[in-house]
Order: sequence, then C-alpha cells, then structure tokens
Amino acid sequence: MKELRLMKGNEALAEAAIRAGADAYFGYPITPQSEVIEYLMANKPEDRTGMVVLQAESEIAAINMVYGAAGCGKKAMTSSSSPGMSLKQEGISYIAGAELPCLLVNVVRGGPGLGTIQPSQSDYFQSVKGGGHGDYKLIVLAPATVQESVDYVKLGFELAFKYRNPVMIQSDGIIGQMMEKVELFEQMPRVEPDYDWATLGKKKDQPSTFITSLQLQAEEQEKVNLRLQAKYREIEKNEVLFEEINCDDAEYLFTAFGSCARITRKAMEMARAKGIKVGLLRPQTLYPFPTEAFSKIADKVKGILCVEMNAGQMIEDVRLSVNGKTRVEHFGRFGGMIPNPDEILNALEQKIIGG
Amino acid sequence: MTEEIIIAGFGGQGVLSMGQILCYSGVMQEKEVSWMPSYGPEMRGGTANCTAIISDDQISSPVLNTFDTAIVLNQPSMDKFEDAVKPGGLLIYESNGMIRKPKRKDINICVINAYDESVKMNNTKVFNMIVIGGFLKIKPIIDMENVIKGLQKVLPERYHHLIPLNEDAIRKGMEIITVEHQLN
Repeated sequence: MKELRLMKGNEALAEAAIRAGADAYFGYPITPQSEVIEYLMANKPEDRTGMVVLQAESEIAAINMVYGAAGCGKKAMTSSSSPGMSLKQEGISYIAGAELPCLLVNVVRGGPGLGTIQPSQSDYFQSVKGGGHGDYKLIVLAPATVQESVDYVKLGFELAFKYRNPVMIQSDGIIGQMMEKVELFEQMPRVEPDYDWATLGKKKDQPSTFITSLQLQAEEQEKVNLRLQAKYREIEKNEVLFEEINCDDAEYLFTAFGSCARITRKAMEMARAKGIKVGLLRPQTLYPFPTEAFSKIADKVKGILCVEMNAGQMIEDVRLSVNGKTRVEHFGRFGGMIPNPDEILNALEQKIIGG
Repeated sequence: MTEEIIIAGFGGQGVLSMGQILCYSGVMQEKEVSWMPSYGPEMRGGTANCTAIISDDQISSPVLNTFDTAIVLNQPSMDKFEDAVKPGGLLIYESNGMIRKPKRKDINICVINAYDESVKMNNTKVFNMIVIGGFLKIKPIIDMENVIKGLQKVLPERYHHLIPLNEDAIRKGMEIITVEHQLN
C-alpha cells in the first residue's frame, strides 16, 4: 500500500533505496548528506530485505565497493556531498567504462575545495559533463521535491540497469534537509541477479565474463567508445524529462533545476501577479538535457533567465539548445547562499525585460 | 490559506521540533506543508531556526526571506527576524531574557512568557508546546485534534503517554499569550 509520511529529503531517499530492492549501500558521512547513511543504519535494512549497509573507510573505498557489487549484477548505490563526490570520480569513470549499473547521489554543497556545508548547485559540470576522465556520461536526475527524491531512486535503478550505466541523483542541501509530504511506493523484492555480463561464477558451458575498463589496443578502446556513444544517443532519444509551467502564453522564460526551480517558481508567481507573462521550464534530467524543448520555446519567448545556485553552468547547455534564437542571461548566488524570489524577479526585470 | 512561519531561538528550546509539529499537524488537516531547518554553522553555535509553510496550495519555495509570522525566542533571533515579518504580519516573542522590545509599528505583536509558565508546570521541556499554543490562539489555522494527531506522528510510541501533558501546555499557551500591539 502507498504510504503518506512527512520526511526529510535525505531520509526519504534512503527509505526509497530500501523499498526499491537495493542490494547494497556503501558510503561515508558528510554534511549535508549524512542522514542517508544514518537512516539506513538506524533502520537495519539487513533485517527487512537483506540489504547490506556499510560505512566504508573512505569515499574512495565506498565507490570501489559499489564497482565490485555492480560487477556481480547487484543493485548497489553510494551517496555523498560535493568534496566526497570529487574523491569518487575515478571509480565512477571506471564504472562507466566497464558499463555497469549503479546509483550515485550527490547532495551538493558550496565549493570549490571543502567549501561550505550550505546548499549549492555548483557540481552541475561535474555531474553532467563527466567529472572523471574519459568520454563518458552519467544519466543525471535533478529532484526538486522530497517526492521526486523518492521517485528518482526507483527510476534511477531502472535506468541504470536498462542502459548498464551509472545514474546520478543530483540533490542539494535544501532538498536533502527539508521535510515535505511524501508518498512511498511499496516494498519491491530484491532480485537475484541473472545477467550475462555479471561475474556470478563461471558455469561449465558458459564463456568467461570479464569486467574491465582497460583496453590496451586503441582499436578495441575505440569500439568501446563507439558503443558508449551509441548508448548515449539512445538515452538522449528516450529518457528526457522536464516540466513546463505557464509556458503556453509566456513572453519570457525562467529556467532552473532542483531546489532553485522551487524558489524560481515563487518568483514566477510574483511576476504573474504583476502581469508579467513568464513561464518556467524545469529540466528534471540534466543529462539527457531537454534540448528540443528549449529550442522550441526559444522561437516564441523574448528572453530566458537561467537561475542557478552557481556562477553559470546549466546556462551553457541552455545556450547550446537555444542556439542564438533568443537571449539567455544568468542569475546566480553561490557559495551556499540561496537566492530569494525578490532578487530573481528583479533580475528578470533588469536583465531580460529591461535589458 | 498560506501561512509562512519562521521560528528562531537557542538550540535546545525545541525550535526545530515546533516547526515539525506544526507541519505534521498540517498534514493531518490535509494541508500542503514544508519544513526547512537551518543546518549550517549557526546550528553549531547555539542559535537555530526553521521555516515552516502550511498552505492549501502547492508550496513553491521552501526558503523565504519574508514571513507572515515570526516566532522569536531569544534576542539574537528578534534582531535577525523582526524586519523579516511582512507588513501586517505577526511577531510573537518570548519575554524571558528579551532585553530590547520590538520596534515595528506596522505589524501585530504578541508576547508570551512561556519559560516561566513551563517552570510553573514543573517541566521546562514543554516550553515549545506553550509557544505553539500561543501561536494557534492568535492564528487558529490548525484544529486541536489535528495537533494531537500530529504529536502522535512526531513522538515515538514510548513517549505517547506524554501527549496529555503537551496538550495541557498548548492550552496554557493559548491562555497566557497577550497582544502587545495590534493593527486596526
């Protein structure tokens, strides 16, 4: 039965992992993400579903445990916040190169460096453009509500196994720490892995399964790259998610993702109350990016304001999508500062309408 | 109806749980709710605050800079949030330990001496429930029965025997809150 609760984003995400039938969670505490591992430890999922929860000795150990579990066809995940996610990048690149499924969660905080513990969206480039080395892509989901934090765990595991590709949920300090009403999906069973790519012990009549991200021959590596690229084109074709609010009659457009989209929505309501016809296009998948949606709406709006809690990262993808058809400006606060609706509305008036 | 509330005070006064109780109660009354705590360095330094929003409609931003109601329980919180009350809004303050009274004339101001009352009740832990009572007297946005249901959700079962005590504290708060400045 579906169940209504009031939960913190991080806790709801952890509960969703148990209910999605995850086999293993490996992590290391860091603010503002620690509630994920706290909740999992306190709830003893080993008694509920047999799910393994382990606090690793470091972020690097955690991601490599995920790599190992994923190689056995297990539903494995890890979570961290920005500095911890940087440490995991080598492992993520290996997992992407070895084409294994897993779920990653980044509850983003301000940077660079150890930065601050307050909310930020400054890891967009890291998540979307490949934070590790090599030509790879993560599927990146950006929840704007606690409900989406739950739903994207389920969706994330589905996509990870559908494409044998790591999936990243990019949350932030606001979504992770806030409490909202949430409807939890029913407990799903854990599944005994039965995949021809997984290393589950070689049977007599089976060829060996070999998981690696190393190809010494360039010809072989290029084949891997071509296969990855073909997979990414499929993902771009099938998995784009976005939300359009008040876009039908819009003369101007806001765009924002995650928690920033919530604040921007408030600015949109204030603008509408003043008679400014502005809509909001919120990418729910940051990769694959809703390129077509932006291209279409660019034909009819007079300008787009991209609101982010960073110095301007998603705006690059917006500009590529719009391809010069309309002007695109950026408004951002960073370092853990959260923009308020008044300043967002003011930026629309100054940079787009009056600019 | 949308009520945007900031609750601020010292760590240990029950600031975060007040917000949670209001939100849980709101859920029981089939409202949309959101609760956002301060979790930054201020949490490590003694002062705490949370934003609670209770609404009939979908809630857009969980983070705000102006509020319908500010409940301030110490002087630093008064200094920080008095100006964040919307004109025509409500400021509720705890009188104990407050050196400077609020200056605004364009808002409604209520005062409650919840700390002394909690001492009288021999249980300073119900301090925050007395304050909630005071707030619900001035803004009866949630019915008492739903507050009790909310408490049942927030409190682990082993503390459910304390719910009658909390209910008494809420009713006490409703009795003792006084209006200091009222707009026409």
